[in-house]
Amino acid sequence: MNQQMIELLAGGIKETLYMTLVSTFIAYVIGIPLGVICFITDKNGICPGRIIHLVTGILINLLRSVPFLILLVAIIPLTRLIVGTTIGSTATIVPLVVAAAPYVARMVESSLKEVDAGVIEAAKSMGSSRLQIIYKVLLPEAKPSLLVGGLISMATILGYSAMAGFVGGGGLGAIAINYGYYRYQTDIMFVTVAFLVLIVQLFQEAGIWLVNRIDKRSA
Amino acid sequence: MIRLEHITKEFSSKNKKVTAVKDVSIHISKGEIYGIIGFSGAGKSTLIRCINLLETPTSGKVYFGNQELTSVGEKELRLARQKMGMIFQQFNLLEQRNVLKNICYPLELAGISKNDRVKRAKELLRVVDMEEKENFYPSQLSGGQKQRVAIARALATNPEVLLCDEATSALDPITTRSILALLKHINEMLGVTIIIISHEMRVVEQVCDKVAVMSEGIIEEAGEVKEVFLNPKSETAKRLILPDKDEAGSDADRYSIRIAFDGQSSFEPVFAALVLESGIRLNILGANTENIGGKAFGQMLIEMPEEPEKQVIVKEMLRKKGTHFMEGGDVG
Repeated sequence: MNQQMIELLAGGIKETLYMTLVSTFIAYVIGIPLGVICFITDKNGICPGRIIHLVTGILINLLRSVPFLILLVAIIPLTRLIVGTTIGSTATIVPLVVAAAPYVARMVESSLKEVDAGVIEAAKSMGSSRLQIIYKVLLPEAKPSLLVGGLISMATILGYSAMAGFVGGGGLGAIAINYGYYRYQTDIMFVTVAFLVLIVQLFQEAGIWLVNRIDKRSA
Repeated sequence: MIRLEHITKEFSSKNKKVTAVKDVSIHISKGEIYGIIGFSGAGKSTLIRCINLLETPTSGKVYFGNQELTSVGEKELRLARQKMGMIFQQFNLLEQRNVLKNICYPLELAGISKNDRVKRAKELLRVVDMEEKENFYPSQLSGGQKQRVAIARALATNPEVLLCDEATSALDPITTRSILALLKHINEMLGVTIIIISHEMRVVEQVCDKVAVMSEGIIEEAGEVKEVFLNPKSETAKRLILPDKDEAGSDADRYSIRIAFDGQSSFEPVFAALVLESGIRLNILGANTENIGGKAFGQMLIEMPEEPEKQVIVKEMLRKKGTHFMEGGDVG
């Protein structure tokens, strides 16, 4: 493995991290409110609203049921509109966010569902407003679970980002496809896969360590 | 203080309509400890939730002081709720906050500054005797300790009313006693009106002034605890007060009386004195008594001698000693 290869891989790792982290962040910016809305508008939620619940539910399911590779191609016009190009890491962020945000929303919703209904009732009985229940009770109480969800989402987004390599995205996935698949350089393929595994593993370990630290239920 | 007028609450699922509370009216005065007792599914929890409108009654009115809660807007309701504390069977503490911050929560809602919040929270920790645990998290506490924290939290905003929804049902008998003693103490010290929901007669016996007996959504009888306890009229009250009814001699020929202990000194040997002084042999058919803080609570079912004159002597002695009893035609 020569200098050129090492630089190529280093660049790939950087791009992969960039795509994954930025996409995860934006997906959460969209996904948390979406998940919260979905949760609170439920029939038994703190702010029941059939229509909003139905609409958000359908939107989430619709986006989640489109296979990522198809979504990637289908929203090319949107990507071009936002980023100005459809090639490279930054362009990949758009489809990644579109695919991940609804996924994150479901993750958030399921984390919030873990919060004991009794605790929400107690908060109500103390005179909390709905907004106070959301940011003082629901989100803090669900924090460890939200973090676990974040880790899972990140690993999924990392996987998606590699897929984007097929249609001109950057990162380790693109290297694996361009060198390993099109040029039959199996060794490079293995190295990139090893790096992908390593990144997921690192995120996972660091995340679990963090969750254990902040979760007061197991203190 | 609190007045419920013709409260009815229906729950409707797909094709079934369940009426949990049927046309209940009660009046709870300031400073009272009011018990609502009944078996599971009687509608007690639904009723107490109607008081702070965690459940909106299908019909009827809830008055808190002079305010009709069933007609106020959301903001007023929130403010009213800050004047009513509530504690629960499952404690419902915020798991990710420590003890001190749990107590601070209602104070945050009330918009109190951080310094004052901490000061007040520490004050309350003293009241519930949990000062050393302020930095603990709920998962590190026992059930009784959690309930103490929950009580402190419920009292943080100086509420006028404390609602207790099966607050001791998840606790062992000794812890139950200590929590009840704490509630009584709070009632006496702070003058907080307390409403207690329970399925256990001994809970009501120990702390309540008044009691309402509930069954299938209806208040079957209500009144002073002593009155209801000594003279239960409704079927539910009898079943709650006389749990051993079926076992304690169904023989109709036996003539028995029920002696009630409602707070006499437990050091006074009532029964032994009765036997020794009267010289009559009496048979205990069943007993269910508890010593709470040096006072005896509970009851004893005694088989009376067959001779009428001896019966008179026994009754006369009981009367002289000021012991409550009830001729138990329907007890035995």
